[in-house]
Amino acid sequence: MLHTVTLRRLIPLAAASALLVAACKPDKDVEEAFAAPTPLTLATPQGFPAMAAMPADNPLTEQGVALGRMLFYEKKLSSDGTVSCGSCHQQSKAFTDGRARALGVGGQQHARGSMALMNMAWSQDFTWDGAHTELEKQARVPLENPVEMHQSLATSVTKLQQTSNYPKLFGQAFGSSKITEENVLKALAQFERTLVSANSRYDQALRFERSLTSTERQGQQLMGHATAFVRGAECVHCHDPQLLFAGPRHTFFNNGLDQPPFADPGRGGVTGVAFDQGMFKAPSLRNIALTAPYMHDGRFQTLEEVLDHYSDHVKVSANLDPQLINSPNDPSGRITLTALEKQKIIAFLHTLTDSTFITDPRFSDPNP
Amino acid sequence: MLFRTLSTTLATLLLGATLGLTACDDDNPTTDTPTSGKLNFEFENVVGSQSLTFGNSYTTLQGDQFTVSKFNYIISNIKLTKADGSSWAEPESYHLVKQADMTSRNFEVSGVPFDDYTGLTFTIGVDAARNTAGAQTGALSPDNDMYWGWTTGYIFLKMEGTSQQSPTGAYTYHVGGFQGLYNSVRTVSLPLPAGVTSLHISATQTPQLHLKADVQKLFTGPKSFRTSQINHIMSADSNAVRLAMNYAAGMFRLDHVHSGE
Repeated sequence: MLHTVTLRRLIPLAAASALLVAACKPDKDVEEAFAAPTPLTLATPQGFPAMAAMPADNPLTEQGVALGRMLFYEKKLSSDGTVSCGSCHQQSKAFTDGRARALGVGGQQHARGSMALMNMAWSQDFTWDGAHTELEKQARVPLENPVEMHQSLATSVTKLQQTSNYPKLFGQAFGSSKITEENVLKALAQFERTLVSANSRYDQALRFERSLTSTERQGQQLMGHATAFVRGAECVHCHDPQLLFAGPRHTFFNNGLDQPPFADPGRGGVTGVAFDQGMFKAPSLRNIALTAPYMHDGRFQTLEEVLDHYSDHVKVSANLDPQLINSPNDPSGRITLTALEKQKIIAFLHTLTDSTFITDPRFSDPNP
Repeated sequence: MLFRTLSTTLATLLLGATLGLTACDDDNPTTDTPTSGKLNFEFENVVGSQSLTFGNSYTTLQGDQFTVSKFNYIISNIKLTKADGSSWAEPESYHLVKQADMTSRNFEVSGVPFDDYTGLTFTIGVDAARNTAGAQTGALSPDNDMYWGWTTGYIFLKMEGTSQQSPTGAYTYHVGGFQGLYNSVRTVSLPLPAGVTSLHISATQTPQLHLKADVQKLFTGPKSFRTSQINHIMSADSNAVRLAMNYAAGMFRLDHVHSGE
């Protein structure tokens, strides 16, 4: 009874006190008052799962995203001014670079290939080994890594502060023209979260806007579980269509590329657990036709080579995901696909290419 | 009392908001006296008397060699019963335990009314209704590696690994299914360990239950099997039910209790 009264009163009171808090804020920013940034809502496309929780201290705003886009393509963030995030994450290739392994400042080669950037608001595992679960934290790694952009964030902040345009852009996005490391990372994360790819032919078919060809549909069927009566390549165990064709959260797989000792420890390098050696994130298959070469070290040039691997060349070790050698698709337990089946699966994978995404002007270099 | 003095002017409202919010907490002394406490669960996965380590080689009671590379299960609908037969059930009670995720093996059940409890009951898996309806969050999030789909529901228990006796050298057991003949939902009641008469939950006592899940009891029980016979379960079928009957019969035991004084 008391609660009903207090609740009813508290709603307008809470709103009023929010006003008071907001009203206090400009007093702190003595150098210049900036209008509050405009909130931006990221819509969940049809057929997508629930979005990962947006960090409470970094909501999307128009100004934050616009700033993040500038920073994404800003070469001042690298030690020699030649590399930006966009160097290794090129929109035309679903934000990959076409290389087996990424090149950083001075042509230094990374141990792993650039990962596609898309639908990151739905992910909680970043980079091949899932070393980071928050975009805001992940973004620091390529900026500072000696074989990537090789510049401390502190230096980047100093460089940006000295420009004529960035202090004001930070002010508009975060309320203060004094640039901070935290706000650089927040802006980059905001821009990355807007990179939504949801208009492939597959998506259009989901929305009943078009239909896939017979071959493509057969390929889709072949992605699934095999039974005694149905052929299937078991792809969906690790590339779940319900999860944007990526793997389950915080789950990593050894897909039989190598046997121990593994040249790249993968997930084991993060956890220190021997059993996690050689395990990697199962990346989304969306836009997969655009992101060759394949695997964490880019060892396969084509999707045909990828399918040949899963069908015929999986290497057995204690770390191997048993689903790759325990399929009813073949009495041996191997996936064992025919040439025609591989072609059908590849035909389906091409339906996951989103040509709208790779040409969307909102995601391109604002100062090409 | 405070609220009666409020006028409609903004200034007073603002003052009232700050004071009012604090007042709400202090206002009602009964809410400050807790009437419910907590119970901590700790799951330890074992193979007989050995601890479970991924990649290590073990032997089933039927003599089959095996290793484990994945072991996950859902514990739901936790219920505590009292000596008089009445009980308390945890609302929205779904917990996912993953051998690969150490933090998932410990969880806390809160809001337990202060009392002495003599029995523990829970479901292995997900009750029929929740397989196809309701919020898919927390343990029931579809990205937990334990979800089939809207019509087929959740995977209740998932174990994968290798076995020399399996015709493929591997096994993959994904047990689920909640309808008709192939209903694998199982509820178990575990006796308290010898010497423990009750779980006393009070403001000063949060008991810690140490449960053991013995993976050997997946292969052995009322429907014992060899890995040469069953090495692949990916849907609600008779083999899934067979494994559910085994694990419901003896996989889980309440090993010991820390009274938590």
